[in-house]
Amino acid sequence: MSDLDVFREEVRAWLVENCPPSMRTPMGNDEDVVWGGRKANYKNPEAKLWLDRMGAKGWTAPTWPKEYGGGGLSKEEASVLGQELGRINARPALASFGLWMLGPVLLEYATDEQLKEHLPPIVRGEIRWCQGYSEPGAGSDLAGLQTRAVLEGDEYVINGQKVWTSYADKADAIFCLVRTDTSTKHEGISFLLIDMDQAGVTTKPIKLISGNSPFCETFLDDARTPARNLIGRLNGGWEIAKKLLQHERTNISAGGFGAGGRSAALEEVAKEYLGAEGGKIADAVKRDEVVRHKMLERAFAQTLKRMSAESKAGEVSPASSIIKYVAAEMNKDRMELLVEIMGLQALGWSGDYFSAEGLATTRGMLRSKANSIEGGTTEVNLNVIAKRVLGLRDHQ
Amino acid sequence: MGLVLDEEQTILKDSAKAFFAEQAPVTAFRKLRDSNDETGFSRDLWSAMAEMGWAGIIIPEEFGGLDFGFQGLTLVLEEQGRNLTASPLVSTVLLGAGALLEAGTEAQKNALLPMIAAGELLMTVAIDEDHHFDPANTALAAKADGDGYVLTGEKTFVLDGHVADKIIVLARTSGEKGDRKGLTLFLIDGTAGGVTRERLDMLDSRNAARIKLDQVKVSSEAVMGPIDGGYDALSKVLDRAMIGLSAEMLGGAAAVFEMTLEYLKERRQFGQLIGSFQSLQHRAADMFTQLELSKSVVMTAATAMDEGSNEIASLASLAKAFVSETSNQVTREGIQMHGGIGMTDEHDVGLYLKRSRVAEHTFGSAGYHRDRYARLNDY
Repeated sequence: MSDLDVFREEVRAWLVENCPPSMRTPMGNDEDVVWGGRKANYKNPEAKLWLDRMGAKGWTAPTWPKEYGGGGLSKEEASVLGQELGRINARPALASFGLWMLGPVLLEYATDEQLKEHLPPIVRGEIRWCQGYSEPGAGSDLAGLQTRAVLEGDEYVINGQKVWTSYADKADAIFCLVRTDTSTKHEGISFLLIDMDQAGVTTKPIKLISGNSPFCETFLDDARTPARNLIGRLNGGWEIAKKLLQHERTNISAGGFGAGGRSAALEEVAKEYLGAEGGKIADAVKRDEVVRHKMLERAFAQTLKRMSAESKAGEVSPASSIIKYVAAEMNKDRMELLVEIMGLQALGWSGDYFSAEGLATTRGMLRSKANSIEGGTTEVNLNVIAKRVLGLRDHQ
Repeated sequence: MGLVLDEEQTILKDSAKAFFAEQAPVTAFRKLRDSNDETGFSRDLWSAMAEMGWAGIIIPEEFGGLDFGFQGLTLVLEEQGRNLTASPLVSTVLLGAGALLEAGTEAQKNALLPMIAAGELLMTVAIDEDHHFDPANTALAAKADGDGYVLTGEKTFVLDGHVADKIIVLARTSGEKGDRKGLTLFLIDGTAGGVTRERLDMLDSRNAARIKLDQVKVSSEAVMGPIDGGYDALSKVLDRAMIGLSAEMLGGAAAVFEMTLEYLKERRQFGQLIGSFQSLQHRAADMFTQLELSKSVVMTAATAMDEGSNEIASLASLAKAFVSETSNQVTREGIQMHGGIGMTDEHDVGLYLKRSRVAEHTFGSAGYHRDRYARLNDY
């Protein structure tokens, strides 16, 4: 038996013992997602148990070094762990911007002291991070950000406003891009970690077209953070910001748009709402659209697999823009296709007349419009591919 | 083996790249076209390709082949596509050797596979009878006659059909045109009595022939695979052919993309490199994205073929549909982005478009494969 087979046996045995039964069932809705943090409220105690056990093992961050609380696994071992978790349909123990975005760039840019302070609580789900990037005047042109940080003694004092901060109202801390030099654009940005449990930080949810409020405005009024929370070099934040975006694009595309199990139902929904003849979707035009979409999803999944096989563990590249571009447009198309298939059943806003599935599709279609805006718009991602992958030049 | 090439595969790819660039670049194809070459490819080149081992790349060692694996063949095809090289690799190896390996008797395999591997035998499979690919639409009749059969009917768009030494003919032994049951494969000589062949002059200047069979008598030893069960046997051969042709198209589309990208970086208008215009940048980025997806579907399908996956049929249709659309998009955009120069016969981009359109329709168009994929997956 190879070392990997031995490891697989160990993982299986551990999962039998440690993955609670209710954590092997499909998630009902967004409320079942475990984000951790100081304010976490666990409806299901087994979710907390599952997080604690996975966190203690370091398997919420399988490839992070053990000294920082991670699992210390090789890329191959992490892949085995993923397969075994998938085999028993285990729910993710932890969803976390700390795991997906902050941790990977800390590993690249932070000091040993900073890693020891910040990574273990992320692994164990004890802290919930949010991302302070966009500002009212800095969207796609992110480097135009104006939030100021000024060093006073051994603290930075921060003033400004962030917007589209996902789940800021539920987060404990924010990783923030701030301006530390106003005389230059990209070279005047720094990457700061700020605790949100202070009077200088307030948040206000934004109601979206879907009726939900996953995003917030975040106000920084004389907010303070110790100088040791500067990551990387002073005025060297832009490089970190871009690298973090690559992680964000890779992660939200791979997991966040629901290209996985949920979409297996597309053809079934079509048969139910459009009728079936001889086992086929009755509407030939919609059938072609469904199969076109299913093929694209499969080509996309194969590409994720290929890119992951080509890269080293945890490594990202500008190719993440390809993934983000495809995933965003694909999910928007999928939601519009679902609405077309379900017709007016998927255009109700509320009430018993409409099925839960129909209402979820309405809201989901509206929510999906953000897919090609958040984490870099489709247009920005195409710019990144054109310039950084294909080497095309800027307009002079 | 898999989604990342191993060392042996990388060496093969590099040697194929160098071989085609040196011995069969686009200029060689252009010369064949302009001289109205009757064979449609260079027999010397085919001998050289056989010496490289590529004629026998999927043939087991016991039959004189290299047994390198199907993914290896797709790498050679990709490089061939990149250079628009005309060769009987698709007809003789993908179809001919593929059919022998799938449905040939031991006697047929022993007699023919070593000759294919040595580059001494040209083969093809005759399927189409119509301008749209659909093997079930076979009417060409094979009537039992003593202990043999008599074949009468017409086949068209037979790849390398005018020069093939042996032709595997899909014929109807029972049922009606349109039925998947009742089809049988027969192995006949290209020069057998009653066979007339006419080369069709196609857009891509490659080889397709119309073949008439008039009372062609064959013995029972000419039967390949199960009688009345030829459709299923052929489907497996065609899965191989679809993936292989997708690999060739991927190579061609990649070449067009690269020459277009280069042009965007050198052509100036309005005092600017045209590649600095965002409307072109975004379309170039989209083409690159579609090519990356196409590369994944081809590699996944080829790997699955070597692994004997039970999803081959779906993966083959995914590859053919997806790469056909990508190749169509890239060749259209290639001409548009080159502007007037792209419309000239002198520029290579047009040659790639011509090859692409024919390949898109060979072994089933994107629409055919979406329907097949939907059928296979119960949509």
